Amino acid sequence: MPTPQSEMSGHNPGADSGARPPLIELRGITKKFGGYTALDGVDLKIGEAEAVGIIGDNGAGKSTLVKVLSGVHRPSSGTMLFRGQKLTLGSPLDARRNGVEMIYQDLALCEDLDVAQNIFLGRELKKNFGPFRVLDRQAMTEAAANDIADMGLDFDVEREVGQLSGGERQMVAVARALQFDPAALLMDEPTAALSAEKIRKLWEMIGRLKQRGVSILLVSHRFTDILNICDRIVVVRAGRIAGEMMPHELPPAQTMAMMTEMMTGDTVGNGAEA
Amino acid sequence: MNVLNSFMNSRIWGRGATALNPGLVLAVVVVFIALSFISPYFLTATNLLNVAKALVIVGIAAVGETLVIIAGGFDLSIGSTMAAAGMLAAYMLDSGFGVAAAFCAAIGLGMSIGATNGVLISYFRINPLIATLAMLAIIRGLAFVISNGREIVITNQTWLNLGTGKLAGIPYIVLILVLVYLAFLLLLPRSTFGRYIYAIGSNARAARLAGISTQRWRLLIYITCGATAALAGLMLAARTGNARPAAAMGFELDVITAVILGGASLKGGRGTLLGTAIGLILLFMINNGLTLAQVPSFWQQVVKGGILLAAVLYDELRRGRVDDG
Repeated sequence: MPTPQSEMSGHNPGADSGARPPLIELRGITKKFGGYTALDGVDLKIGEAEAVGIIGDNGAGKSTLVKVLSGVHRPSSGTMLFRGQKLTLGSPLDARRNGVEMIYQDLALCEDLDVAQNIFLGRELKKNFGPFRVLDRQAMTEAAANDIADMGLDFDVEREVGQLSGGERQMVAVARALQFDPAALLMDEPTAALSAEKIRKLWEMIGRLKQRGVSILLVSHRFTDILNICDRIVVVRAGRIAGEMMPHELPPAQTMAMMTEMMTGDTVGNGAEA
Repeated sequence: MNVLNSFMNSRIWGRGATALNPGLVLAVVVVFIALSFISPYFLTATNLLNVAKALVIVGIAAVGETLVIIAGGFDLSIGSTMAAAGMLAAYMLDSGFGVAAAFCAAIGLGMSIGATNGVLISYFRINPLIATLAMLAIIRGLAFVISNGREIVITNQTWLNLGTGKLAGIPYIVLILVLVYLAFLLLLPRSTFGRYIYAIGSNARAARLAGISTQRWRLLIYITCGATAALAGLMLAARTGNARPAAAMGFELDVITAVILGGASLKGGRGTLLGTAIGLILLFMINNGLTLAQVPSFWQQVVKGGILLAAVLYDELRRGRVDDG
């Protein structure tokens, strides 16, 4: 069986950047749930402004990996570094404070709150009101309207999220993640509920984010998402990193064949199944 | 029909989770007009003041219950908390403490009961119905055990004055109710406390992932509910002139009916204090109408239960329509 990881070694921009440490580095991260090992000694580097795709079968450990990175799960063992500094994430708020934003598969929005309230949820802007600090509703509404306009969209930020379409909700989740200028944006299956048109718009947006210097970590089942967006692809199988590859250095058919091999552990004949 | 449509769709009712139900306002107007015709006594100042006085006790307790229900919770223990708070204050006055100390201790007891509910529900993840039902029984039982089932007659004039005195013709207890509502109506839209109540009720997981400590906020919400229940208990004792272990028995039904009638959703995330206030007015006008029409009190219970069911059904239908849409 080929060993793609060794084949592709030396192609990790995060590892190759020399003087600058990678934005995020995981060393030997293990996560256990009772007797079940979801992640088993994972090493991963994400460079500045790099888009990394995580792909793997159901139950491979993709979501657990991204939840460790976003502070939802604490690793059972291993080390996490942020710009070369050791980092312990006890909660999603810790991750946010370090510039790591997450867009969850179900978007994690409060449907009864409006767009502006969702964008600023947990980080509300405040102003002085006599001796008190009160919510600055006007500032939040205006800032949210600017965010939505900046994304080339046009909808009322005082509308309840429950009244928006799937695509609009996705954009609210993106706007919320971008509001505080993140260094890294983690996305778990962001295209799962989107139409082809909305997926294209999302890809364009991710391209613009990369240009702004934001690192992207994308978890997806869809090969096309990964191939279109990512500089580097990491394949996860049974809680371990099964291999990595640089999609722009290989023909798409070969990349897909290799991804399939790494995901399943089986050889794919001539890459035809891809 | 155009006038009705304009009324129902007007922007004055607000938007989203804090929107008032125009149908509720319409119902208040219709019941008010109907009762004015049915009974000549209804529209007298004495009767309306009596309705207001009767409404106050339930109204104060309904503030905390509204917050709890918007946050997706439930509190069945408010009636027991009311009785326990009244009895503690009465005991302390009998033992020589001042009225301020007795009131503070009573409110503190309500907050402790609320905190116990909050810890059970938020940290031990016990279903709110079960946790507060158990607290209802425990607190009521303890009130009977400690008092040996005896009531305490209140002799303190300051306390009694709260129940009978007036300022510019308005009873003190009505003023206290108005102050409590004004305080929370100002607080909720302007504070993170208010914002997080709606967020937790709407999607607790999303709130947690946004960095909100849902456990701590839930605890605070139940503590607030305990405090308003205790204040309601003190006002009830002031009105009746005694503190009894059996006081406020069944008040939960009135409180929860008013809150749900006011538009708070049992699924959380929606509701307003103004809605609860209008729900209270509607509920007590109907009660008053039934009394004026000399309907036996047992039948009034049946009607109250029916109103609660109708309000919950309306909430379900409204939610269903939103979900289907």
